[in-house]
Amino acid sequence: MEEFLQQLLNGLAVGGIYALVALGYTMVYGVLKLINFAHGDLFTIGAYLGMTLLVSSRLAGSLPPVLVLLAVFFMVALLVALVGCLLERAAYRPLRKASRLSAVVSALGASIFFQNAIMLIYGARLYVYPEDWRPDFTVDILGFTVPGVRLLVIVASLVLMLALHAFIQRTRIGAAVRAVAIDQGAARLMGINVDRIISLVFLIGPGLGGAAGLMVGIYYGQIDFTMGWSYGLKAFTAAILGGIGNIPGAMLGGLLLGVIEALSSAYVSMAWKDAIAFLVLILILIIRPTGLLGERVADKL
Amino acid sequence: MCAEAGTAPASLLSLDGVTKIFGGLIAVNDVSFNVREGSVVGLIGPNGAGKTTVFNCITGNYLPEQGDILFAGRSIRGEKPHAIVELGIARTFQSIRLFSRLPVLENVLAGQHCRLKSGLLASMFHTPSQRREERKAVERAMEELAFVGLAEKYAEEAGSLSYGNQRLVEIARALASNPRLLILDEPAGGMNDQETVALVDTITAIRRRGVTVLLIEHDMRLVMQVCRHLIVLEHGTMIAEGAPEVVRKDPDVIRAYLGAEDEM
Amino acid sequence: MMNSASRRRAASVILALVLAVLPLLLDRYWTDVCVSIGLYALLALSLNVILGQAGIFHMGHAAFYAVGAYVTAIVNTQCHVPVLWLMPLAGCAAALFALIVARPIIHLRGDYLLIVTIGIVEIVRIALVNDVGGLTGGANGIFGIARPELFGFKIRKGIQFYYLVWGMVGASLLLLGWLARSRFGRALSYIKEDDIAAEGCGVDVARYKLAAFVLGAFWAGMAGTLYAAKMTIIAPESFSFMESVIIFAVVILSGGSQLGVLVSTFLFIGLPELLREFSNARMLIFGLAMMVMMVWRPQGLLPPLPRRYRVRERLSRLLPRGAGDAAEAGNTREVPHVR
Repeated sequence: MEEFLQQLLNGLAVGGIYALVALGYTMVYGVLKLINFAHGDLFTIGAYLGMTLLVSSRLAGSLPPVLVLLAVFFMVALLVALVGCLLERAAYRPLRKASRLSAVVSALGASIFFQNAIMLIYGARLYVYPEDWRPDFTVDILGFTVPGVRLLVIVASLVLMLALHAFIQRTRIGAAVRAVAIDQGAARLMGINVDRIISLVFLIGPGLGGAAGLMVGIYYGQIDFTMGWSYGLKAFTAAILGGIGNIPGAMLGGLLLGVIEALSSAYVSMAWKDAIAFLVLILILIIRPTGLLGERVADKL
Repeated sequence: MCAEAGTAPASLLSLDGVTKIFGGLIAVNDVSFNVREGSVVGLIGPNGAGKTTVFNCITGNYLPEQGDILFAGRSIRGEKPHAIVELGIARTFQSIRLFSRLPVLENVLAGQHCRLKSGLLASMFHTPSQRREERKAVERAMEELAFVGLAEKYAEEAGSLSYGNQRLVEIARALASNPRLLILDEPAGGMNDQETVALVDTITAIRRRGVTVLLIEHDMRLVMQVCRHLIVLEHGTMIAEGAPEVVRKDPDVIRAYLGAEDEM
Repeated sequence: MMNSASRRRAASVILALVLAVLPLLLDRYWTDVCVSIGLYALLALSLNVILGQAGIFHMGHAAFYAVGAYVTAIVNTQCHVPVLWLMPLAGCAAALFALIVARPIIHLRGDYLLIVTIGIVEIVRIALVNDVGGLTGGANGIFGIARPELFGFKIRKGIQFYYLVWGMVGASLLLLGWLARSRFGRALSYIKEDDIAAEGCGVDVARYKLAAFVLGAFWAGMAGTLYAAKMTIIAPESFSFMESVIIFAVVILSGGSQLGVLVSTFLFIGLPELLREFSNARMLIFGLAMMVMMVWRPQGLLPPLPRRYRVRERLSRLLPRGAGDAAEAGNTREVPHVR
């Protein structure tokens, strides 16, 4: 029972991270119908930037640790958001009218570029996150001792998801994002600046992805320059699982995938963990071809 | 016509109580009618009456919840669209669906596809029989293009043609599959007056080839000229059926059309 | 001025001649590079049927390559069947595998298919690493695969492999080229352009998509045999998602024509070799080049030219007043000629 609960919470923490990264995939897909394969590497950039900022902030000293952590969190999100926005300008905007697969190849190129840029800057070795910033308190739940960092990751990802959901559903700009996702042409006719909305989406998605990178660093304590591939692929899987283009779907898909992975590696087989995740995806798509929350798009005749 | 023939020609297509529901909304409600072999039948009604939905049920794009569709005596309900083409029902689309980046000739060859037999290996090894079949297919496609008067445009990209000509290419493509029944969804849509006049002759010529025609059209002049029999739908339900002169005077039809105009 | 068709034909002839004499001018290292370019060209040509011609989003081609290579390696090392005889078997095994996995998923929408095919290639790799059935040798793979023999002549030198692989590329160009210009190739074009319209014209869309998939897999499986024979050692890491990505990118950059596929393969596989002196920055430049090339030519290097049909001589017969008059008549259409 304890094992199960711990694995469940671990799954929710990892799933929350997947969900944050998946949101970037799904939002970009929503407005551009593009799979941003470089998104996983933006997440890696977040993890490395977070490390650099945490290490250098040790010198700042006087501030309370919680404030430093929060400040670093927002700085990482902001910086990665800027990189994402630049990426869109350079690699995707010129291809907006081209075949969708051309943009996919450009995205793959961007992914290889970022990955190797990180390797050249930081080196190919594994990095250990600064220990002193790792929250090391524990919490008792139902008599079980749960690491506080696990709960913190779950809470932080849920807060970010709810904030995004509220932003998309409740604000005028959020409504504009939804409008652009449904029909760019019509949105433009309604006076929405589509380019600006797309830039905004490329700020929010990578921002969340970068924050998720920092969270992985704090949660697991180590990072390496190839981690974007596997996390990116998982998050993309999560976005598809929930129904790509659908924001609550990405959240659900991420959490579900995290839990499935944690439970299957604990109870089935560690070695087959990734294969099981993909197998579940394939089975779900066979039953529901548009993902869990994806709307059935009727073919227009 | 029927009186001349002595006995009534058998019906080629019959719908029997066809009902199609989209998420609780009844788009087509218990529609039954017959299309006689060799006739030109018009399916008319205000926008949103469910005409195209009826077509899509016949062509296998939609599966009706209730009712049956018989073609040449056998039920085709639940068959896939490509199988229905093979059985002898060809269609055009309301919103033109040509392969717009392919040349006109290849668009018409698409209709020939299900009548050709060369398989994967014959195609890959370029066998003499495959080459012979290809030559014949091209010849046949060119004949259909000539039939609609567009033979000289065979090499042009289909998407570059005028709207009216694109509709004609769609008709040629449908005819290339040797249909017994041709279903035209607003063939005059987007055509100018001159082209519409020519379309009347084309449809007449199609009927003379022995192909039965079922069409949806809003251009009443065209409908009155080419159709011997009309079926009127409103809100998914059949409200009238019969010869054009009779249908025209039907109070329900007049009300349906006037009501529709009010909405506009 | 030559038109683009004859310009391309000229380029093809020159390329063929260059390829024929190339190994005589190259050292061992570069001959090996060219062999590997040839293998990638085979893979890209086969993926082009699926991705380029039918427009099916497939990013897991390395899975079929792996099945072919492993079937070859297992049967060769366990039963000592000569390697080249195993080529049809490897092709069939990959095709069968494709048939089984693609059947339930082939109807999925583009992006969903993309992740599912990525999933398949990952599942295959993980299965190989986990030594499924005790046959695949786990992460170390299989070694000791025999050198191929052709009519009693043992192929072991780089230059011999060069001609074997590029001979196969030549045969593939011919056969797949004929296929693209047939009813089959047209059906794939229709499906790529508009699958609903294709179905509405009588094309069995699901069957043709599946056929394209299975055929592409068959070819990749055969390429797998050549790879196994060339390397004599195979391991799961050679069939990773990254391999699939590279083949995918080669096809998209090519634009879809066969000549384009060859040029694009040389760029993708040859370029990193040329950049060897940059060592660490090599892949950085590679990724940048991928972006720049796509932005520079979004439609790909050489999109396929329209298929050609012999029509001219028949045209006059079909147009009673001659093609010229009709063309001049412009928009005003003549009354249909009733036969």
